[in-house]
Amino acid sequence: MDAVEAVVTQIQGLSSSAGDLTRLHTILKQAEESLHSESVRLFSALDQLDPSKHSLGFLYILEACSSGPVTKERASTLVLAISRFISSCAAEQIRLAPEKFISVCKRFKDQVLLLEAPIRGVAPMLTAIRKLQVSSEYLTTLHPDFLLLCLQAKSYKTGLSVLHDDISEVDQPRDLFLYCYYGGMICIGQKHFRKALELLHNVVTAPMSTVNAIAVEAYKKYILVFLILHGHFSTNLPKYTSSVAQRNLKNFCSPYIELANSYGTGKITELEAYVQANREKFESDNNLGLVNQVVSSMYKRNIQRLTQTYLTLSLQDIANTVQLNSAKEAEMHVLQMIQDGEIFATINQKDGMVRFHEDPEQYKSCEMIEHIDSSIQRIMMLSRKLTAMDEHISCDPLYLAKAGRERPRFDLDDYESVPQKFNI
Amino acid sequence: MDGDDDHSAKMIDEEIYANGVGEEEKRKRPIISGEQLDIEAYASLYTGRTKITRLLFIADHCQNNQTMQLEALRMAYDEIKKGENTQLFREVVQKIDGRLGPDYSMDSAWCATVDRRAEQKKEKLENELNAYRTNLIKESIRMGYNDFGDFYYAHGALGDAFKHYVRTRDYCTTSKHIIHMCMSAILVSIEMGQFTHVTSYVSKAEQSQEVVDPIVIAKLRCAAGLALLEAKKYKLAARKFLETNPELGNNYNEVIAPQDVATYGGLCALASFDRTELKNKVIDNLNFRNFLELVPEVRELINDFYSSRYASCLDYLGNLKANLLLDIHLHDHVDTLYDQIRNKALIQYTHPFVSVDLQMMANAFKTSISGLQKELEALITDNQIQARIDSHNKILYARHADQRNATFQRVLQTGGEFDRDVRSMLLRANLIKHDFNLRASSRKL
Repeated sequence: MDAVEAVVTQIQGLSSSAGDLTRLHTILKQAEESLHSESVRLFSALDQLDPSKHSLGFLYILEACSSGPVTKERASTLVLAISRFISSCAAEQIRLAPEKFISVCKRFKDQVLLLEAPIRGVAPMLTAIRKLQVSSEYLTTLHPDFLLLCLQAKSYKTGLSVLHDDISEVDQPRDLFLYCYYGGMICIGQKHFRKALELLHNVVTAPMSTVNAIAVEAYKKYILVFLILHGHFSTNLPKYTSSVAQRNLKNFCSPYIELANSYGTGKITELEAYVQANREKFESDNNLGLVNQVVSSMYKRNIQRLTQTYLTLSLQDIANTVQLNSAKEAEMHVLQMIQDGEIFATINQKDGMVRFHEDPEQYKSCEMIEHIDSSIQRIMMLSRKLTAMDEHISCDPLYLAKAGRERPRFDLDDYESVPQKFNI
Repeated sequence: MDGDDDHSAKMIDEEIYANGVGEEEKRKRPIISGEQLDIEAYASLYTGRTKITRLLFIADHCQNNQTMQLEALRMAYDEIKKGENTQLFREVVQKIDGRLGPDYSMDSAWCATVDRRAEQKKEKLENELNAYRTNLIKESIRMGYNDFGDFYYAHGALGDAFKHYVRTRDYCTTSKHIIHMCMSAILVSIEMGQFTHVTSYVSKAEQSQEVVDPIVIAKLRCAAGLALLEAKKYKLAARKFLETNPELGNNYNEVIAPQDVATYGGLCALASFDRTELKNKVIDNLNFRNFLELVPEVRELINDFYSSRYASCLDYLGNLKANLLLDIHLHDHVDTLYDQIRNKALIQYTHPFVSVDLQMMANAFKTSISGLQKELEALITDNQIQARIDSHNKILYARHADQRNATFQRVLQTGGEFDRDVRSMLLRANLIKHDFNLRASSRKL
């Protein structure tokens, strides 16, 4: 009893100034062992602490009492305690012990999933991420867990808010892989295919020394999203892709590559037959829904192609050329596409004619100018960042040591640009 | 030579005949480009091995026409009997399969004699060659190898023939010898269908100085043209055929007849040249006109094409098609060339107009509106015609791209791509940095 009591008093006493907090941190680290052994009794001690004032101490005790196996009943009380803690804790205190905070949050995620109520975890996790992040460019280990919860809870919109941040600082490659993979799935769920493709592209082209399951799954989805977005697919990855990925990924995804080939022929019946024949494979990968979207995107693409060739076309002709069953069905497709802004057309129901228009955008409106301006600003910002990063790397002693070591192997022409002192 | 004279006399006759009668009848004329191929007339254009192979090619590709097939086989049989190629003989006999009566059955005695003679000759040649080689007389060795090449060629062992012809190369002393070697190698390679060899030996021959003989130059042009045709480089092939000078005459009948030069060159030019090039290089080309006179259909259809009489041009093409399909070199390319010519015609037709009535256009091309619409659709999708079809009123409207909008669109798109690429690049750079730091720190430990 006294050990726990002592720690609690210490926490209460040393939670105000920064100097005190560092002292407290060392004390807590020493007491960690004993806290873990007393994990069962600790829970009551939490009542004596204020999560907003004594965040660091609270965190340590919470971590200790959430360790070890938990039953369902205990999980629900813990979930409550942790979510309350996350929402009220002080960011600067928990950043002193990020690994503890992360492990608490990870357990929190596990318990939420154990309780089969992922929705309860979404909001606290988002708060946790925001509190842990130094800046919005920083990818925390909690990001993938948060996105996983969003996916499970089907609250894609919340997930999107995080995905709109530009991530550039990464600690663990695995975090990035998972973040992009889950992020891609969320964007697919929201039909933000462009963004989804970008995220999946990041997974596929990320530097890797061995093939991993995340990349393989991401590549499957990448193929499908690419087809939906661009209507064709080539297995050639950009040349900055790691050689491992270039060589191996396609071997794991042959049904998908076949699908892409079949899509390339432009024959809807062939594509449907192929999907039907390989239904089980797609279903076991949980990609059947996306595959069906690929199939329906082909109708759209074919209709879109018609807009480039025709000024007017009857609905019946549209149905015939894109192999839809009836003019009615064609009308539904065209209507849907007009609504989504994918084509510009008017339907004349009296004689069943569709009149296609050119893109009415004249690039003259204020909104357009603003849009262009913001794009320019963004790109200028990016380019500044790029220069900064370039400067940073070219000053990095580790990089220079390596570059200096490797240079002599190249031509003499390259040689001159290397600073002399690093040549030794 | 008699046969040749005979033939050109016949051609002139037909010219006169053609000028005298109406269009309808003109098309029925039975020469190489008429309705049904007159095999005898066709075969008389060629000599040597190509005559046989062309006949056999016809026999293989007109399965539905028994009489024609048998006729071709009969002539091939007769022709082979004049030579020494027993292997080919056996093949032809097998193909005839007794359908031409006892006169055209297996002649084992002939085979045996020829084979025996061949064996003896081979031995003799070998002895001679060995003798030359011990004496180290360059010219004799060259002759020896050359004889060997001729021998193998006559007996149908093309691979060996090629090898021996090429071997003479080391013993060539004058550029004349080199050209002779190249011509032999080209001949054999064409027979074998090895058109990459053809190209390389043509360039070798062209490199050697003193190629002044216009006949040799013409032969080389033809060979190069054939090689390019095989490689589907129609534009270059057309240029080669167009450059062929009329001295070629009937001197290269073991490979190509002057009529073929006209047909191949004309079709390739139509399929790949633009209007000005067609005018300058084909219609105004005095040299090539000599060839075109031999095949008036091709001349007419080129003129029709140039003066935009597409219906009659396409008519000519349609009539020629069946026979062109029986041509050993053109067979694989007829469809592609025809498609390209037709597309060219369609593009040329629409080019000057802002709007085109599809009904009128369909009449000009002798096709239905829906068929025309399909073709136009394909061309528009391919971005070969900048236009859009009003299928309600059956009118084709030319479409003028709005440069300003297109530029805006491109700029925004490029900006977006740049944005995306830079971000993912930063991310990758970070990962690499991370990986590198990790390795560096683990090394320190």
